[in-house]
This record gives sequence, C-alpha cells and structure tokens, in this order.
Amino acid sequence: MIAVGAVQISAGDTAWMLAATAMVLLMTPALGLFYAGLVRSKNTLNTFMMSIAAIAVATITWAAVGYSLAFDEGNGFIGGLGHVFLKGVAFAPRAGTSIPQLVFFSFQAAFCIVTVALVSGAVVERMRFVPMVVFSALWSVFVYAVLAHWAFGGGWLQAHGTLDFAGGVPVEMGSGFSALAAALVVGARKDYGRQALLPHNAVYVLLGAGLLWFGWFGFNGGSGFSTGRSSVLAFTNTLLAPACTLFVWFLLDLLRQRRVTAIGAATAIVVGCVGITPAGGYISPAWAMVLGALAALPSYAIIVFRPRTRVDETLDVLAAHGTAGLTGILFLGFVAQSSWNGVSDGLFYGNAHQLAWQAIAGLAGPAYAFAATFVLLRLIALVTPLRATEREEGVGMDIVQHGEQAYASGEGAILVSTEAGLEASVSVAQL
Amino acid sequence: MKLVTAIVRPEKVNDVLEALYRAEIRGVSMSRVQGHGGELERVETYRGTTVKMELSEKVRFEVAVSDGFVQSTVDAFCAGARTGEVGDGKIFVIPLEQAIRIRTGETDEGAVTPVDT
Repeated sequence: MIAVGAVQISAGDTAWMLAATAMVLLMTPALGLFYAGLVRSKNTLNTFMMSIAAIAVATITWAAVGYSLAFDEGNGFIGGLGHVFLKGVAFAPRAGTSIPQLVFFSFQAAFCIVTVALVSGAVVERMRFVPMVVFSALWSVFVYAVLAHWAFGGGWLQAHGTLDFAGGVPVEMGSGFSALAAALVVGARKDYGRQALLPHNAVYVLLGAGLLWFGWFGFNGGSGFSTGRSSVLAFTNTLLAPACTLFVWFLLDLLRQRRVTAIGAATAIVVGCVGITPAGGYISPAWAMVLGALAALPSYAIIVFRPRTRVDETLDVLAAHGTAGLTGILFLGFVAQSSWNGVSDGLFYGNAHQLAWQAIAGLAGPAYAFAATFVLLRLIALVTPLRATEREEGVGMDIVQHGEQAYASGEGAILVSTEAGLEASVSVAQL
Repeated sequence: MKLVTAIVRPEKVNDVLEALYRAEIRGVSMSRVQGHGGELERVETYRGTTVKMELSEKVRFEVAVSDGFVQSTVDAFCAGARTGEVGDGKIFVIPLEQAIRIRTGETDEGAVTPVDT
C-alpha cells in the first residue's frame, strides 16, 4: 500500500483495474468485428471503421470535457467543468475508490468509447462516415456523459438510490434507445424490405461476440473498482447469466424454426452480458442465472418483430442493448439482496422503494437518450447530408467512403505511385 | 433459339432478377466476373500503395430462350440493369445451335421451355 494523503491506494485493486481497462477497450474492436460480420461484404470496412472512429473521437471528447461532465461534482443533471482536460486527475485516488483517478478515468473512457460504437449499429450501410464521426463526438458529450453522471457520477438517479452496477442506464439503454432514434432520423436502407439483406460472415459475428464476452469480464468485473466482493460477484455473474441466455435462445430458436442458429447464439451472448451489466454486483449467482434466462425473452421477441416494421434499426441495438439493459435494471429492483451486495434489497427482500427507482431509471434513461439523439442528428442534418446517395449505397460504403475493399482481389489493379505514374497508367488502360 | 448473355452491375442483380421474373423468364444462370467496359477507373489506397482498379466486379447472366422470348429478355435486362451511367454493362444475343435438357433428353425448344411442375 502506498499512502497518498489520508487515502490509501491499493496495489491489488490498481493492478486489476489496469487490466480490466484494457479488456474493456478490446470490446470496441470486438464490436466492430461483430457488426462487420452482420452487414453485406461491400460495407464491411465502413461498419468496422465506425467502431474504430469511436476510439479516436470519444477518447478525445472524454479527456476534453466528457469525464468532467460525468464525474466532476455538479448538479443532479450534469457534472462540473473542474476536470476539463484531466485537470486535477492524477495519482491520488478517486473518491470512494482505492485506485488512482487516472486509472478510473481510463476505465470510464473505455466505457464511453464502446457505447459510442454501439450506436453505429443502427445506421450502418447508408450513413456517411464524416457526419457519423461528428455525431459520435457530440453524442459522447451530450448523451453519454449526461447519463453517466445520472447513474455513476452522483447525479439524480444515483442520489435517489437507483442501482446500476456497470452501466445499464448510460451504456445499454443509452445506446439502445439512441439507436432507435438514429434509425428513425437517418431512415431505412434503400433495399430494406425489398431484398434479403443478409450477414456476410457469421464467423466474424461469433468471434466478435466471444471477444465481447471476454471484455465484459473487465467491464462488469471492474465496475466495483477493486478486487473486492462486488467485483468478484459481478465477474462470476458475467459467466452465469450469458450462458443461461444462450441456452434459452437455443430453445427459442428450436421452438420457432426447429434449428439453432449461429447468429442467434452470438446475439444471445451479447443479450446475456447486457442483462447482467446493471445487476452484476448486486444480485446472487442464482438470481443471475434466472436473469440471464429471462433476458432472452423480450430481446428475442423484438428481434423477430422489428424487421416486420418500417424501422431499419439495422443491427438491432435496441433489442440487444436497450431492451436487455431495461430487463436487467428492472429485474435488479426485484432481487437485489443486501446479504450479497451490502447496499440495498429489492422488492422480493422487502424494499419496494428500490424497484420504484429502478423503474424511474428505466423511463428517464431511454427518454433522454432518444430525445437528445433525435435532436443532435437533426442538427447535423442541417449542415450536411447524413446519408450516402442511392447509387453510392448500391456500390457499397467501403469503396465510396474509404476507397478500399475488405476483400480486394488485387486483379486488375494498376500501381500508381506518382502523378507521372498516373498519367502513364492511363495509357496502359487504353491498350 | 438464342443465348442471351448480359453483363451487369452487381448492385443491380436483384433488380434484374425481378425484371426477368416479371417477364416470366425462369431458367437463368449467373456468375461473378471482372471486367472493364470503359467506365472511369476507381482509385484505392492501401497504406502507401495507390492503385487504380482497372477491372470492376460485374455479374454475367446467361439465359437460353426460344426466339419469341428474345425481345422480352433483352427488355427485362435493360429495365433491370440500367442506371444511365457508364458501366451499366452489355447484352449479347448469340445464335444457339442445340440445347438438351439432361434430365429428360428433350432437345431444343422443349429443353429451353420451363416445366411447370
């Protein structure tokens, strides 16, 4: 132990949180892979790049103002500007933890990044890259930081006792309901509802989901900011709940179409991880298994129902994250157990107040996320078109937006090194 | 009897299939090909390497039809594949000497007429 002022830094806690932060950061490229497999091959890189762009953009906005607005003391709605550009964020422990605030900052930054990346799933295959980057930057500040303040940073939900272990409100419902708003503003793909738009690589989807699950052990297991009981409980629950979701998803697939699907399995892993996210450190392992099983039902229903509507929320962020996050937030209000978490009981253990505040969080989080995202995208649309033209959408976003292909054959490609070379190769083409 | 070969943009394949279906042309093969038909080259960059893509991805349809169906097949390809920009593709109508349906041994007109069952 190193003494810093009156408060102690724990070497063990810090070591785990450094590792957990790296695990959470891995979730963003893992999500990119998951999403890339779900789109058509001509949009692979663009879809992946939206997640990569989130790392660039959200890290900067988080360091600039996001962290401060989320975690500096402010009012119930939003934090202050005391930590702008990491002012006062150094080696001293973050209040209430035994880890340096720099580590706390990085861990929370990784959360912001992956949440920004999640929203992109709603608008892939037609939204232009530059407006998406602008949207990501604004969203990370005006939506994520605000919701993180409400749930984690001493804002009104946390002050009234809403329990949200690892981000059911800001991360899961924040991304899910923002995705719905984004899909409505940007509009459906030109072929949506006319042609079968199929995932082009189910192996990417499964591998992406597997890597996400791995990262989620850091995401949930690190949200106790220590190696203490709540982290250990959340870590184990992150194994139990998704496994149950996966199994129930198999059964639902069997009932509905007599076959168990791979894409369904990958989706179930994400749904289970999301479901346990708000509840991880607050409920018993047995209840975590029940939550995992239950979380499959509403998300499965929405995934079956949504494609029959006009809403092209392309990669079902609402079902996988918004809905499963809501399930977790509410379920926690029933089965939280102070004998496990040392904080509060849920309705089943005699505390109806807890359920009430879980329900309020389940209304307020989605409402704010939806409304703020809707307004942000409308504002960006005043300046620049959000979507590619129909022709560009037909050609594919990889070539149009990035000038690259995921699966370039190299055949027929002529080397251009200089301006002179460009002139020379034109004559080759005319042969 | 003619063999109608059409080379079209990959992103127009679904429109072409729809148009063929509407024209009641059922027997069709398609394959992915690469080609160059005078459209502007696309420039792509991979790290420091800038390349011009001389060949574009295209899809080649082949349909064997009896003489009475040639015009409607050609019309269907034009309707489905046209965007009005360079690179929409070509249609070739080629005389067909003989056609045999492997399953029944039927030849010529009988072989290129779809069966309903």
